[in-house]
Amino acid sequence: MKLKSLTMAATVAVAALSVAGVAHARDQIQVVGSSTVFPFSQAAAEQFANETGSPAPVVESTGTGGGMKIFCGGVGTGHPDVTGASRAMKLSEYELCTSNGVTDITEVLLGFDGLSMAVSRKGKQLDVSKAQLFQALAAKVEVDGKIVDNPFKKWSDIDPSLPNAEISVMGPPPTSGTRDAWVELVMEEGCKTFPAIEALDKDAHKETCQRMRTDGPFIEAGENDNLIVQRLESDPNAYGIFGYSFLYENQDKLQGIKVAGVEPKEETIADGSYGISRPIYFYVKNAHRGVIPGLNEFVTEYTSDEAMGPGGYLEERGLIVLAEDRRAAVQKAAKDAVNMPAPKK
Amino acid sequence: MSDTTHGPDRKERNAWFEADARLKRRHLADKRLRAYGIAAIVFALGMLATLVGTILITAAPAVTQTMVTFEVEVPEGSVDPANPSGGSYQTMLNASIARIFPDVDTPRELRELRQLFSNGGQYQLRDKILADPSLIGKTVSISFPMSDIGDQLHKGVIDRNLPPDFRRVNDTQIAWYDVLVERGQISSPLNWGLLFNADSRFPELAGLRGALVGSFFALLVCFLVSFPVGIAAAVYLEEFAPKNRLTDLIEVNINNLAAVPSIVFGLLGLAVFLNFFGMPRSAPIVGGLVLSLMTLPTIIIATRAALKAVPPSIREAAIGVGASKMQTVGHHVLPLAMPGILTGTIIGLAQALGETAPLLLIGMNAFITAAPDSMFNPSTALPTQIYIWADSPERGFTSRTSAAIIVLLGFLVCMNAIAIYMRKRFERRW
Repeated sequence: MKLKSLTMAATVAVAALSVAGVAHARDQIQVVGSSTVFPFSQAAAEQFANETGSPAPVVESTGTGGGMKIFCGGVGTGHPDVTGASRAMKLSEYELCTSNGVTDITEVLLGFDGLSMAVSRKGKQLDVSKAQLFQALAAKVEVDGKIVDNPFKKWSDIDPSLPNAEISVMGPPPTSGTRDAWVELVMEEGCKTFPAIEALDKDAHKETCQRMRTDGPFIEAGENDNLIVQRLESDPNAYGIFGYSFLYENQDKLQGIKVAGVEPKEETIADGSYGISRPIYFYVKNAHRGVIPGLNEFVTEYTSDEAMGPGGYLEERGLIVLAEDRRAAVQKAAKDAVNMPAPKK
Repeated sequence: MSDTTHGPDRKERNAWFEADARLKRRHLADKRLRAYGIAAIVFALGMLATLVGTILITAAPAVTQTMVTFEVEVPEGSVDPANPSGGSYQTMLNASIARIFPDVDTPRELRELRQLFSNGGQYQLRDKILADPSLIGKTVSISFPMSDIGDQLHKGVIDRNLPPDFRRVNDTQIAWYDVLVERGQISSPLNWGLLFNADSRFPELAGLRGALVGSFFALLVCFLVSFPVGIAAAVYLEEFAPKNRLTDLIEVNINNLAAVPSIVFGLLGLAVFLNFFGMPRSAPIVGGLVLSLMTLPTIIIATRAALKAVPPSIREAAIGVGASKMQTVGHHVLPLAMPGILTGTIIGLAQALGETAPLLLIGMNAFITAAPDSMFNPSTALPTQIYIWADSPERGFTSRTSAAIIVLLGFLVCMNAIAIYMRKRFERRW
């Protein structure tokens, strides 16, 4: 009796296994990609499911690079249809895609996202230039024309006008798209003001400009931005680096520091006067259009004016919208499934 | 002379003193040891209390959900009875909101006003009309959630005494909110949506249904696979297998397998089930299979212990009356060992329920606004849902993350309680 039921259970289990092994048709749209784009894809997916009554798209946050890898894995129901990215697709990723038969991709520039450095409301407001941020956070800096290990321990060591307080900045780890963007938009920009570093050969220049210091003042705080927010709250001397949406949601606890005199705000990011913002993209696999039900409608919803336009629901989540003519071009390309050319680098 | 009489006496007395001092030291050491033990327990309990206390305090705001009630007019002709899902419900809702605040007319102000209410209101209205089309042409009363900021304002998480720059709501929004409170349109009932709604990007609409159903399917698969396989393996190893190098090696490996970090099983699942067998990403079936790999060693070890506890006299008696080996095991040993096996299985499943790392690798940390219909549909699980919410910027998710942790802990405590009850109730002492 007992044994019989055991055998039954085993048979059921084996049957379940073999059914799952058969490749299955998929009726949900699958979205992967950057954690920065994740909230926007979430919003579009929920809106799409509510409006059309189609099965809810599956949105997964894998990081920009991880998303590209899965996205470029091939064509077919086993591979995702859309990937989000907090930077443009690289040539190496495009080549990976092509080598796996994913040749027809539409690139959609969704808008911009601001990066902010913030401090607790109890802490000191700061007004720094990108060069000063570089001096505070890089592993090697230029002092009197020589490149040395970063000697700055206090903000006032860099410039006497800055507060006399220890440098303590929490930021994302190297696996994060936010970190890539910070390095590109702040460190590499700040680097340009130092003649001795500019004079280095290409590899050494890249290394010096991109390496963050590891002697304490810069703390890698993990991917969870909420944790950084909590730690900033408990330590008014610490500064944190994260996407603008986290600052926006926590403005009762945090204030954004000024970069070159400009505070991070929706208006200043949109008009470009706040210097640290990055483009946000998503990529659509055109071979899946018409195969995965609803993909065309989903892309239309994602690029509609209600979503990515001014006052749209993506703006409410922290997206900085595109100017009108650029937006119209993007919407048209997305609708007509225009294939992107190979990236330049 | 006196020396000879006093000598041993003094020696004896010295020995007594020494013994006395030694005894005192030993008692002291004894007391110290006990004090260390008590201190360790107090420390551990203190940590536990702090942990649970913090979670409970953080979760408290998520126990209720601030709702707002509106009388919405659904004019005849605004909804096509043949296709009621196509009606413009947001417009109707906006009209009834505008009736209460007639002087709000600039687009900016309208947008700020709408920010107080959840986006879910229009869909609730739609569902109501879909369920009962006879409501078209009448006035419908709907009660739907305030938005995240409205909710936080009502619960006092957003402090209205702060300067306007420091908070998410501005002074006009607070004034509107006060009007609604005065009119009695705001209520805060228990937050059942937390358990019965699927996930959403809006904290006020987000719930655990998808995660609960996903975890259920994953555990079902895990049980269906690991229970029979685990018992079969354990019965063979314990009752039939010869004792030799090979079975020793297998035994050592099973014990080692129980100690392998779960992320390794996740990588294995990604490589084997997803990439090789081409199973669907994010599906509970794959999650269940990966978890069953983890649960198997636990079940095998528990089953073998339970089988060992059945005294040999039972087996000998069965064989003595002419039962075959299989009959002995199937009719006598296994039923007697069943309580122990089930206890081990439940504890193994409880472990699997709380496991996060392997599920992250096979994509069960996706955002899906619907609960899965079957084990082949994508879904999340309880721990991965907590992971997603913990990473969301909206303030409402802070309390909901803690509330979800309490739900998960609740299930774990229940499962362990069942295991303990079964052990106490059915276990036989020989």
